[in-house]
Amino acid sequence: MTEHVAIIGVGQTARYRSKISVSLAGLVREAALEALADAGLEWDDIDALVLGKAPDMFEGVVMPEIMLAEALGGTGKPVIRVHTAGSVGGSTAIVAAQHIKSGQFQRVLTVCFEKQSESNAQWALSPSTPFRPHFNSGAGGMFAPVIRDYMRISEAPEDVGCRVAVKDRQHACRNPRAQLQLQDISLEKVQESPMLWEPVRFLEACPSSDGACAMVMVNGRHTESSENPPAWVHATAMRSEPSFYPWRNEVDPSAGRECARELYQKAGIRNPRKELDCAEIYVPFSWFEPIWLENLGFCEKGEGWKLTLDGATHMDGGDIPWNCSGGVLSSNPIGASGMIRFAEAALQVRGMAGDHQVADARKAMGHAYGGHNQFFAMWVVGADKPV
Amino acid sequence: MRDVAIVSYAQAPMQRDAGGLSDVEMLVPVIDRALSDVNLERGDIDFICSGSCDYLAGGAFSFVMAVDALGATPSAQESHVEMDAAWALYEAWLKFQCGDIDIALIYGFGKSAPGELPDVLSLQLDPYYTQPLWPDSVSLAAIQAQMALAQGRFSERDMAAVVADSRAKAVNNPAAQLKGSIAVEALLGEPTFVSPLRKHDCCPITDGCSVMILASKEKAKSLCERPAWIRGIDHRMESHFLGTRDLTVSSSAQKSAQVIEIHSDKVDVAELYAPFSHQQIILQQALALTERTVINPSGGALAGHVLMAAGLDRFGAAAQEIWAGRADRAIAHATSGPCLQQNMLAVLEGA
Repeated sequence: MTEHVAIIGVGQTARYRSKISVSLAGLVREAALEALADAGLEWDDIDALVLGKAPDMFEGVVMPEIMLAEALGGTGKPVIRVHTAGSVGGSTAIVAAQHIKSGQFQRVLTVCFEKQSESNAQWALSPSTPFRPHFNSGAGGMFAPVIRDYMRISEAPEDVGCRVAVKDRQHACRNPRAQLQLQDISLEKVQESPMLWEPVRFLEACPSSDGACAMVMVNGRHTESSENPPAWVHATAMRSEPSFYPWRNEVDPSAGRECARELYQKAGIRNPRKELDCAEIYVPFSWFEPIWLENLGFCEKGEGWKLTLDGATHMDGGDIPWNCSGGVLSSNPIGASGMIRFAEAALQVRGMAGDHQVADARKAMGHAYGGHNQFFAMWVVGADKPV
Repeated sequence: MRDVAIVSYAQAPMQRDAGGLSDVEMLVPVIDRALSDVNLERGDIDFICSGSCDYLAGGAFSFVMAVDALGATPSAQESHVEMDAAWALYEAWLKFQCGDIDIALIYGFGKSAPGELPDVLSLQLDPYYTQPLWPDSVSLAAIQAQMALAQGRFSERDMAAVVADSRAKAVNNPAAQLKGSIAVEALLGEPTFVSPLRKHDCCPITDGCSVMILASKEKAKSLCERPAWIRGIDHRMESHFLGTRDLTVSSSAQKSAQVIEIHSDKVDVAELYAPFSHQQIILQQALALTERTVINPSGGALAGHVLMAAGLDRFGAAAQEIWAGRADRAIAHATSGPCLQQNMLAVLEGA
C-alpha cells in the first residue's frame, strides 16, 4: 500500500548570491528553518533527513552530510545523501517523496545546497583525473557544441537564446530571491555582452551562486500543521543514460524524452502544454529552453524556438510560462538548483509564489538535469489531491 | 512491509592496487556475473542505484562514467548516493516499498589506492574546527580505541583476537585481500602504528567493487532457491563532534537494533562493518551479541575494505550464509563517518 505525499513547507535562503561569511551549517539551516515554519513543525517532528548536493569538490568537504546532519536536527535519525550530478536537487526531492510514499516515514525534511563562493566551478568541473583524458572545458564549454548542433538542426534564428535570457531576467525581477536583478535588461544588452563559449554570451549563462532550498514533505494525512495549502505530488520520474555512445543524440537525449513520457503517463497528462499551468525547467544556458521544450514534448521537434519567439513561455501573455522564478539563469547554487525548480513548482500550486505567481496555477512541473544531458529528474505537483 | 530479498551478489577480487583499471573496467565483469548467476539480463532490471565517492577518484562527478558499465540504451531508472552502497540498497528498498519496482541492481565501487586515504578522509570532518587540524581517519580511530581501553571495555588482546579470527575466516573467502593463520601472541608482538593501534588493527587499503541484485517477493523465489529476505532495515546518525558523544559505545547501532528487533540471542551470523578491530568489539557490545553468533564469516573489513562498497559487502556476505543454509537469521551492518558516526542495521532471514 502506498501513501499520498504532500509538500507543506518550502524554504529558501533569502537571496541567492555569495554568502562567504555564512558557514555551511548556517546556510542549510536558513532554508530548513523557513521550511519548518511554513510547515508549522519543529525539528523533533521530523522522522528523516534527505540531503543532496553536487559535487563535494565545490566546498572541499567529503560527504558533507556527515558534518551537517547535526545542524539539521539529524542526530539520532536516518540521514541519506543523494548525488546525481546537476539533477541532484530533483532526485533528492524524489527520494524524499519516496520516504513518505513507502509508508515508512510520516514527516521528512529534505535540503539541497551549494556554496560556490568557496571554490571555482570552472576548476571543479575540469578535473584532471587518473585514467582519463583531461577535459578542461567547464560546463559552458561542454554544452556550447550541443547548442550549436541544435541551431543547425532546428534552423533557429540566431537571437532565440538572447530572447530566452531577456525573458528569464525579466521574470527574475519579480522574485526577490533571484541573484541577478537586472532591471534594465534588453535584447541589445544581452547581444552586446561578451561571448564566452560561442554561441553562449555572458548574459545567456547562469551565475555562480550560494544557497540552499528545503522542503518538508508529509504523509497526506498530516497536512493540518501548516497554515498554508499543501502541494500534492502527482507523479515523479528519474532516468539516466551513459555520457557517450555512437548513436547518442545529445540535443534530444532519449533519457529526457523517456523520463517525460513516464512522468506524464503517471500524472495522467496527455498534452503538457495545455494541461500544465506553468513549469520550472533547468535552463542553465539560454538555448536549453527551446531544446527542452522539444525534448519534454511541449511541442514537435524543431518547433521549440518558435514557442520562445511567440512569447508562449513568458509570464506576460504566454500560455505556458516557464521559469517564472527567473530560473537557473538567474540563480545557480548547482546542488540546490534542481530542488529550487521542484520547490518553485510547489509554491505555484500553493499560490505562494508572490510577484511571480501564475494566476490560478493548479498543476506545475519541476525538472532538473545533469551530466552530459544524461541524468533527468522530474515531478508534477498539483493543488488537488491526486485521485 | 513488502518483502524484498537479496538474490545475487558478486564481488571483484579485493586488491591493494587495481592499477590502470578504470571503475568501468572493474565493474563490467562483476555486473555480468551478478546478472548471469540468476539468469537475468540488463533489460530485466527496473532500478539501479550505486554508491561511490568523488574524492577517491580525485574528480567531480566520478560516478558518471560508471553508468557506462550498465550498457547504453534504453535509459534506466537510476540513482546514486555519495555514501556506502549499503545506502544505495536502502534507497532501492524504499522504492520496493513504494511498489514501484520488482528487481533492482545495486553497486558500489572505489579505488582508494591512487590517493592517501587517511588524509582524504580527514576532508570529511567539520571544515571550521576539526579539519584544519588534519586529524586522519586512523588517528581518530586510535583515540576511540584508547578511550575504550582506558575504560576497560576490552583489552589489546581482545583486539588482536578479532584480527586473528578475521584472517582465519578470510581463508574461505576467495575475494579476500588479507588472510591466513596467525597467532594472537604474534600479533601482540608487532609494534604499534598509531598507538594503541597496530597496523593489523586497521583495515587495508583496497581497490574493488561489488554488485547485488534485489528482488520482490513475486520475483525472488523464481531467481533463487533460498532468497535472503530483508526483514528489517534501519539507519541512524550520531553527532559529528567527537567531544559530544561517547566514542566507546555505538548508540545509533543500539537504536537501530531496537527499531528492527534483532533479538540478539537469535542471530546465527553477523556481518559487521568494522574498519578497525576495536570497532567490531564496540558493535558486538552495542548489539549484545552472544556466543551463538558467528561474527564476520567473510573475514569482514579487516580482510579487505573497498571504501564505498564495504557496507554492501556485509549484506552480500550475510546473504551468502543464508543461501548456503549456514544461517537462518543474519545481521548485516554498515557504517559511515569517523568513529562509527552513522550506522545501518538489517535483519536477513532464510524463510
